[in-house]
Order: sequence, then structure tokens, then C-alpha cells
Amino acid sequence: MELLLALASGVLYAAGIYLMLRRRLVQLIIGLGLLSNGTNLLIFTAGGLTRGRPPVLAEGTAVLQQPYADPVPQALVLTAIVIGFGLLAFSLVLAHRVHDTVGSDDVDDLGRDG
Amino acid sequence: MAGVLILSPFVVAIGAAWLVSRYPQRAGMLAVWPLAIAAFFGRELGGVVARGPRHVELPWAPSLGLSLAFNLDGLGLLFATLIAGIGGLIVLYASRYLAGHRQAARFYAWLFAFMGAMLGVALSDNVLTLFVFWELTGFTSFLLIGFDHERAEARSAALQALIVTGAGGLALLGAGLLLVDVSGTASLSAMAAQRSTIVASPFYPAIAVLVLLAAFTKSAQVPFHFWLPNAMAAPTPVSAYLHSATMVKAGVYLVARMTPALGSTAIWTSAVTAAGAVTMLVGAYRAVQETDLKRILAYSTLSALGVLMLLLGVGTREAIVAALVYLVAHACYKGALFLVAGILDHETGSRDITALAGLRRSMPITAFAGGAAAVSMAGVPLTLGFVGKDGAYDALQHAAAWFPWPLVLIVVASILLGLAGSLAGVLPFWGAAAPTHDVHDPGWPLWAPPVVLAIGGLAAGVAPSLLDGVVGAAASAAAGVPIDAGLRLWHGVTPALLLSGLTLAAITLGYRLRDTLRTRTWKAGYGTEEVYEGALALLNALSRTLAPALHSASLRTYVFVIVAWTVLIGGTVLLTDIGPSAAALHTSVAFHDVFIVAVIIGGAVSATFAQSTMTAVLSLGAVGYGVATVFLGFGAPDLAMTQFSVETLTVLIYVLVFRHFRGMGAISPGFVRIRDGLTAGAVGLFIGALVLSVATTETAPRLREYFAELGPTLGHGRNIVNVILVDFRGFDTLAEITVLATAAIGVRALLGLAGPDRSRQDAVDPATSPVFRTAARLLMPLLLMFAVFLLLRGHNEPGGGFVGGLVAAAAFALYSLAFGVQRARQALLVHPLTLLGAGLLIALVSGLPAVLQGRPFLTAVWPSGPIALGTPVVFDLGVFLVVAGVVLMMIFSLAEET
Repeated sequence: MELLLALASGVLYAAGIYLMLRRRLVQLIIGLGLLSNGTNLLIFTAGGLTRGRPPVLAEGTAVLQQPYADPVPQALVLTAIVIGFGLLAFSLVLAHRVHDTVGSDDVDDLGRDG
Repeated sequence: MAGVLILSPFVVAIGAAWLVSRYPQRAGMLAVWPLAIAAFFGRELGGVVARGPRHVELPWAPSLGLSLAFNLDGLGLLFATLIAGIGGLIVLYASRYLAGHRQAARFYAWLFAFMGAMLGVALSDNVLTLFVFWELTGFTSFLLIGFDHERAEARSAALQALIVTGAGGLALLGAGLLLVDVSGTASLSAMAAQRSTIVASPFYPAIAVLVLLAAFTKSAQVPFHFWLPNAMAAPTPVSAYLHSATMVKAGVYLVARMTPALGSTAIWTSAVTAAGAVTMLVGAYRAVQETDLKRILAYSTLSALGVLMLLLGVGTREAIVAALVYLVAHACYKGALFLVAGILDHETGSRDITALAGLRRSMPITAFAGGAAAVSMAGVPLTLGFVGKDGAYDALQHAAAWFPWPLVLIVVASILLGLAGSLAGVLPFWGAAAPTHDVHDPGWPLWAPPVVLAIGGLAAGVAPSLLDGVVGAAASAAAGVPIDAGLRLWHGVTPALLLSGLTLAAITLGYRLRDTLRTRTWKAGYGTEEVYEGALALLNALSRTLAPALHSASLRTYVFVIVAWTVLIGGTVLLTDIGPSAAALHTSVAFHDVFIVAVIIGGAVSATFAQSTMTAVLSLGAVGYGVATVFLGFGAPDLAMTQFSVETLTVLIYVLVFRHFRGMGAISPGFVRIRDGLTAGAVGLFIGALVLSVATTETAPRLREYFAELGPTLGHGRNIVNVILVDFRGFDTLAEITVLATAAIGVRALLGLAGPDRSRQDAVDPATSPVFRTAARLLMPLLLMFAVFLLLRGHNEPGGGFVGGLVAAAAFALYSLAFGVQRARQALLVHPLTLLGAGLLIALVSGLPAVLQGRPFLTAVWPSGPIALGTPVVFDLGVFLVVAGVVLMMIFSLAEET
């Protein structure tokens, strides 16, 4: 399974980077979205996989039964998901504003003096 | 008390800016404070003479073992008294000199900040705080030299001073760190006791060179001397204060201060003596060639600094005593002469000694101040200048081993210096008839300061024993052994006295031959300033060549470079150090896993090659849902729920924005796409290998077990992930929701940029389907209830503030799709911004109970009671509100965007 998820992370990164190297603003942002999904998957998988055992104690028990999924990468990824959402929304609106102002969605047009 | 007073000028700086901008006429009142501090330091100095040095400490960062330590000994207090006392006179003078200047408020702020920094330099006992104050003096003097920032000359002089003295400051930092390392203490007074360790250390030569670099740049010793005459671009009060009385003496102070710890070695003695001797001669020689009053004084200041260095370099008891007397005498007469030059400039509009003459009749008070100062500078008996110079002659004569060459040089320099003083303090007032225009003495705030300084120099000269204890205490600190200054008016007929007589005769002769000396003497065409400028020009040319190559201003180039290097370096490490892990893959593959991964990969590929924005967005959504399913399958229900909600909202936001964009066809030519494809492929391979290598490496389960064990007991929660978020890492989460709030406000601001606040309207037509509307109406309360349910159970079961907030936002987003944003806003009752602010406030406040109990901010507090309601639960409510507010703020403003 690690192999499959490693493959998935790799593909997400490759697709994300490829899109970030494109000239269209839209593609840049889609690439950003793929990259943040890839990163979340990377952290999650790198932390070790445990199938179906959330780090939640059953009611009335005092100790978590082994094995259980590692809660540390989960806590990291959880905030990363929400922050990633904020980042994506902000860059989307920034791209939209740039597109409105410059009148082009080509990143290479931005540096030129309008 | 003393510590607070030392730092008080920084506070006064702020008050001064306010006072002067409100009541420009009252600026002179500000002089009271420095004079009061000077009186305090003077009294302390008396205490040191009677009882010995005192040590005070202000707590700064006790947890790091840092405190603001001040050492109130004779040397430091002598400087501090001069700094504060002359500072007060300068403020009084400036209140008239700069009256009506539109940036006067700024001037006082900087002047007081400089004063505070200078007091810090003089009294710091910690080598690192010494460095901080040292750099502050450089920084504030940069601002003061460049005060007339509309003149290019002032700007470049300020920059030059900053670069030269700033470089010296860095040397001081290096020396300080080495000293702390070698001596094991940061305290300057403790270092003196470690002298043998320091001098024996292999780092000693480096330490000595770095300390001397700092001292020589600050005190403008050759070859770093060129910045000082250029600094005369500053307003005259600044020149009088910084460039004669105080700042330039910081280097002399540093040498004196470090002598007990570092001095009396061959490298130290020879470097200080040589630099001092050369500077003394160069400065004196150049001084008599100038015609501008301020430049004459600037070069003579260089020379005096050289004298001080020379005496400290020779370093006998007599030499140190002479240096300190000379220093006080110089501060008095040079300050007075600068202020007189300022008065002449202010009243006649000229600083040219060939144009000024005969002013003694029209401005007698100024003439008195100038004359008295010049007499002291020439070293006429019964002045403090005489005591200092006589002491210097005597010390150098006795220190000589075989031939007293420093004595010969200092006599030459003293003759030229005395001449320069007469040119500045006597010549403009003497001679033929006064100029035709109406000139008179200025108001008392202008003439009183130079008169006080000049009289001070005379009075102390008549009764030098007044300074006996003070100079003795200061010299003891500089020498590291108790010294009795033994200042006396009359030493009998000594060789030094005869040399003083010779000096005076030569000055008189030189005064007669002044024009010849000025015009017929050799002038150097090039100097170290040209070397400095050349080096600077070289650096600029280099960066002009390099910058465009490195800074292409193209995002894609940056991404490419970063990615390529990451893969190259990271890949090498992965292949060589860790190697492809042969460890077993722990987790088996189920059939549905293959399907989920296929969805993720398919979505990524489809998003990459999508021809329409809608395809791209939906593909991205597929990827997100796929990843969420992975989370669900591998024991992370919290992540799955959050990811599902985020994905839904993301698609909504994408659609709202992308309706503004055109198609997605490729722009780049084929070969670029192939190149990028290969780069991206390499990244993918690297990441895949990285994940595999890390995931199959056994890691110590310490962290996991720590949280799993303490979560339920300390954290009072059974959902460990949530406990980590709101309790163990609560401070991080607080920062994260702050980032989110900032992003939302940024979105709102960006959309608001389009123009003045337009009337709110629905840019997206609400859905008209009755089925959808009915469903939305029914679903919204259910979703809201579910959101609250998620929030409340979050601490013990999967859920929590993040996902709860997202679901709550989704409820209103759904409603807005069905009925329009305006209806949704009404249903929300408050503005999303209010929600966001309230959430942040609640999260912050939930951290306070711990503070009230004296524990760190955001420590969980669980009051005992029937209901388990601890501060982390309240904190989670804050998270909930912030997330809901952020999402709704973004969605509402985007939907209203036309």
C-alpha cells in the first residue's frame, strides 16, 4: 500500500509542478491545489499507515489499544488542509484581480510595463 | 534607578517628538532632562570616588540568563556625565538654532535616541549589550548626519559614516563573541580579571584586531578617518555633539575600557600607538589647510582623537591620566568652538575664515567664548587644555625608552592644533573693520552653551585639583589598578613646561604665517577615501552584473531552479545515504485501495491536460475526494471529514472565480512543455521514492505514545488528534487561525480594490429549481445542528472546531446558492467579519485563565465541576467561529463580485 500511495504522491507532485511551470494563471493555481493534496498525502503516508484504527479511545477505556494510527501527522495534516484552503482561496482571488487589472491570464505578461 | 535613567532618553525621544511637533517654541525645555541626568551621574561619580564602582542590573530576559547589566565605574560615569551634560547644552542650543525647522521634531527624537545609545555604550557591562548600543549610536548618527536628507551631500556622508562605523560594529560583535567564548563571561568587568586566559588564548590576536577595528572606525583613525570631515554635512549642533564631544570618543572609550583585559601586549600597544600617532599628525596638518570653520574643527578633532589613542597606546599611568584630562578639555573647547562656528554661520551666513573678520565688536559674547576655547586648545597656562597637554608631554617624555619620538610628534601636532584653534576661535573676531551688514550676538540659548563650555575649561584649568578624584577614578578603571591622578597647577620648571612654552611661541609664529601654511603646503591628491569609493564602486558593478542573472523576475524560472536543485540534492542524498529501502511494505493492498489510487492519479492527469477550466476543477475535486477516502481508510476520520468539507467548498470557490477566465489551451511551445514534463517527472520520482523511504523506515514511537498516553489524562479528551490541536499545540493552532483570518481579510481587500464600495448585489443568479430550494431550506438547519454537534463531540470523538466550522459555512453557502447571497447574509444575522473577530477573541481569551494562574498562555485549565468544560473546548469554539467566518467571508464576497 505504501508503494501505491507513494506513486499517488509522486504523480500529484509531478502534475502540480508541471502545471506551476505553465504560463496560464488558472493552471498555476490548479497546480497549487494538486501540490497541496500531494503534500498532505506525503506527510500522512510518511507517518506510517495503520488501517482502520483511529487514535480515538473507546468510551470508558483509559488506554488506547495497539495498534492505532499515529495522531501526530494527522494533527499536522488537519491544519494543513484548512490552511491550504485559505491559501488556495487567496491565490485564486489574487489571480482574478491580476487578470482583471492586466487583462491577460499569461504569467509572462505580468512583468511587462503596461 | 540608575538603569532606568540610562534608558530614559529613549522614552524622552518619543515624548520630544510629540512635544516639539505640538509646541515648537518649547523645545528648549527638553534640555532640563539631560542636565538632570548629568547631575545624577556627577553625583554617582562622586560616590565612585569615595566608595568605588557600583553594579546595577535590570532584568531583561531572565529565562535566557540575559539582563541589562550596567557598570557604574569612574570611566563609564565620566563619559556618561559628559554625554548627558553636553547633550543638555546641545538641546538648548538647537532649540534656537533649528527654531522653525519643519522637521525639528524628528531631530530631537533622534538626538535623544542617540544620547540613550551613547549612555548605554559608556555604562554597559555586558559585551553584547555594548554591541547593541554601539550599533544604535551608528544608526542614530546616520539619521542625524543625513538630517538634511534633501541634500545629496548629506545623504552620501551619512551612508559613508554608516558603512565605515557599521563595519567596525560587526568587528565588535565578532570580538565580543570570541571574548565570551574564551573568557566564559559576557561581563566586561569580569573579563578584566580573566586577562591572562584571554591573552594566552590562540584567539587573542583576532580579538585584539577586531576590537581595534571597531575602535578605529568609530574614532576615525587613519585609514578610516575620511568619514568624519564628510560628516560635517550634519547640522552644527550635531557636529558639536557627535563629532567632537561624544560619539567619536566611543572608540577611545572602547580602547580604554578593554585595556585591562586586552592591553599591554605588543600587538595592542604598537597598533594603538601607531594609529594614534599617524592620525594625530594627518589631522593637525590638514586642519590648518582648510578655510571652512567646520572642516578646520573636524580635522583638528581627528588629530585630538589621535592624541588620545597615542596616549592610551603608550599606556603608562601618567599617559592614561593625561589622556582623560585631555579628553575632558577637548570636549569642552571643541564643543564650544563648534557651537561658535554655528553661531557665526547662523548670524553671518558664512563659515569661511578668509571672509570673516573683526566680529569682536559686534558679537562680544561669542568672541569671548571662541577666544576662551581657543586659548584652552592652544594650551595656555591656567586652562584645562594646558593641564592635559602638559600631562601628555610629561607622560611621553617619561615613557620614552631611548628616543622620545612620540613626544616630538605630539609637540608638532600640538603646535598645528593650537594654530587651528586660533584660526577657528580668534581669527574671525580679530583684525580689520567689521563687515558692513548688521551682525550681533544671538539670543542666550545660542551663546550660553559655548560660554558654559569655555568657562568650564578655564575654571578647571585654574583649579585642576577639582578633577583629581574624578580623573583618578576613571584612570583606575582604564588601567585596571588604582591610580592617584595628582593633578596640580604647578609642577615646577620641568622639560614639559619648557616644551609648552615652545609650543605657544610656535603657535604665535604660525598664526602670523597662516596664509603661507595654508596655501604653500603639500596636499595629497589621493587618500583612503578613494580606496573606499573604489571598493564600493567595484561591489556595485559586481551586483549589477550578477543581479539580472539571478533575479529573472519570472515565477517559472524560480520554480524551475528550486525544484531542480531539490531533486538533484535530495535525490543524491536519497540514493547514497539512505538508499532505496528494502524494508518490507507493512500494509497490504485491498482491492478498493487500487480503485481509490486510480481515481487520484486519474484526476491528477486529467487536471493536467484539461482543456476547460470546469474539467480541471472537477478533476481536482476528484483528487481531493480520493485523498479524503485514503484518510478515512487509514484511521484518520478527522482528516477525512475536514478534507471532504474543504473539497466541496473549494469547488464552489473555483467555480465562482473561474467564471471570469477564458480557456486553458497551451501557450508554451512543444519543446518547453517536454522540458517541463521531464522536470515534473523527475520531481514525481523523487517524491515517490522519498515517501517510500520514509514510510518504510521504522521510527521510534515515542511521540505517538506520549500523546496517546497524556491525551486522555492531561488533555481530558479521547480524540487524540483534537487534543493535540486545541491543547498540546494550541499556540500553533492560534497562529494558524490567525493566518486564515488574514487570508480572508486579504481576499476581501483584494475584491474591494476594484472600486468604491459598490452596492451589494448577487452576481450569480440563485438557483430557481423548487426542489433544490426546498432541499436547501430543509438541509440548512440540519447542517447547522450537525456542525454544532461536530464541535461539541470533537474532544472525544472525531469532529472538532475545524470541521464544524466548515460544515456551518457549507450550510450558509448552500443557502446562498438557493436564495442568493443577500438572503444568506440576512440568515447569518452578523457580518462574517464579526464572526471571525469574535472567534479570534474567544480563542485568545481562552488562553488567559492559565496566565491568571501564573502558568504559560493557553495552558489548559479544567475547572472541577459537574460538566467537563475546560479552556481547550472554549478554544475550539473560537476555531469554529474563525473557520466559519473565513469561509463565508470569502464565498460571499466572491459571489457578489461581478
